[in-house]
Amino acid sequence: MTFRDGTYVARLTPLNAMHRAAGARMVDFGGWDMPLHYGSQIDEHHAVRRDAGMFDVSHMRVVEVEAGAPAAGQRAEPRAFLRYALANNVDKLTVPGKALYSCLLDDDGGVRDDLIVYFLREDHFRLVVNAATAEDDIAWLASLRDRVAPGLVIRPRPDLAMIAVQGPNARAKAWRAIPGSESATAALKPFSAADAGECFVARTGYTGEDGFEIVMPTSRAEATWNALAAAGVKPCGLGARDTLRLEAGMNLYGQDMDRVTTPLESGLAWTVDLASPRDFVGKAALDRAPATRDLAGLLLLDAGGVLRGHQRVHASRGAGEITSGTFSPTLSRSIALARLPSGVAPGEVVEVEVRDKRLRARVVKPPFVRNGQVKVDLA
Amino acid sequence: MKIPDGLRYTSSHEWLRRESDGTITVGITDHAQAQLGDLVFVELPAPGRKVAAGEACAVVESVKAASDVYAPVAGTIVARNDAVPAAPESVNEDAFAAWLYRLRPDDASAMDHLLDARGYQAVISD
Repeated sequence: MTFRDGTYVARLTPLNAMHRAAGARMVDFGGWDMPLHYGSQIDEHHAVRRDAGMFDVSHMRVVEVEAGAPAAGQRAEPRAFLRYALANNVDKLTVPGKALYSCLLDDDGGVRDDLIVYFLREDHFRLVVNAATAEDDIAWLASLRDRVAPGLVIRPRPDLAMIAVQGPNARAKAWRAIPGSESATAALKPFSAADAGECFVARTGYTGEDGFEIVMPTSRAEATWNALAAAGVKPCGLGARDTLRLEAGMNLYGQDMDRVTTPLESGLAWTVDLASPRDFVGKAALDRAPATRDLAGLLLLDAGGVLRGHQRVHASRGAGEITSGTFSPTLSRSIALARLPSGVAPGEVVEVEVRDKRLRARVVKPPFVRNGQVKVDLA
Repeated sequence: MKIPDGLRYTSSHEWLRRESDGTITVGITDHAQAQLGDLVFVELPAPGRKVAAGEACAVVESVKAASDVYAPVAGTIVARNDAVPAAPESVNEDAFAAWLYRLRPDDASAMDHLLDARGYQAVISD
């Protein structure tokens, strides 16, 4: 966020004027002025599950990690640095363009951020980090660099915009909208990226549907957004993005995990490699303190309200708390992620304090929805 | 933003309409539904319940937030609109048609002190 003359000024993406002209309801998100919805957030949600929708995610920050000039006969290599800086292991990335999801941890194992890392070349990796944490991440990475990899270049890219196009028809519509993109990306596997002209196209997303996240120069953002809209891609706001990611069982940083929780308590043990001899920031702390709680999915069984963050949950092994809750447009039921004592198994029925009532909810294993298919038993 | 004349309003975004039988029909305003976004859950008070002015007596929840609806004046609930909990989106479609409940006021003149359309317009323009 920015303060000028003592007044708070939200940051604007290159598409801000377009959102406002489209009548979007705008909200502050991590210091950025972002569209919440353009009318009905439920309609936007369904558009992504059934057809194609797009999100302005230019508030997220691309950060290049590049080899510097050799110093004293040694060259700082991005792979070695990221092998130490990230909780997931970049050695899983062997094919150029391949992406990996990882947490960025504190020394005490707390989650500073979650991010996507792309392997482009041995001398060039690319990170995409969250908006609200970007400045802290960059400062943290720079301080780590100074300690273990002097000479390595950590380069934020405020000159880049990003549009996520998601849904079963997203790729086909993106190919129609962006000339030349089909030949460059038709063979792209999930969680991989390739250059298509001025665009960097990744087959990734935050909705549980197929699609692309497209990085481009800010000067190209408006024309690309318009071309996608003309190809029948529906503009969607952060509201739909939140219900889509929660149905897909994906964590939101700052809500489902943060600096005072570890990935092992956040349903992210699969992203942390504790078995290999590799050392990384936070590893010793995670080794010392095994998790006693973890995230689970909840499906509301009773009528009487909507599951929301901070509601208290009573399970057989003790109490916990909802970290993200909402009404699921696909299921027409309320769903949540909740941090519960370890060992609470799918199938258990718990009680959630919703206002003055206790409502029953069933523990389920996320995702709730993936690729348009309901993945939990609603009976 | 629709703010029909002839209704009374509260600064907590309820609208009131006086019926010919002396009861008062209560709903939430168009501004309120727009602020909340898509409604997904509505809970209404049971007929017969006595409510004080300013007492929370109904709940509306959208995808993003839960909000209480207050009794604008003291009285007794005499009816509720069960079509709304069955289809919460009807409030988004027409907030002045999708009424929530009716009450018989303890004091027939109590609603005269509430905001008129112009006064409510001023409240939401702040």
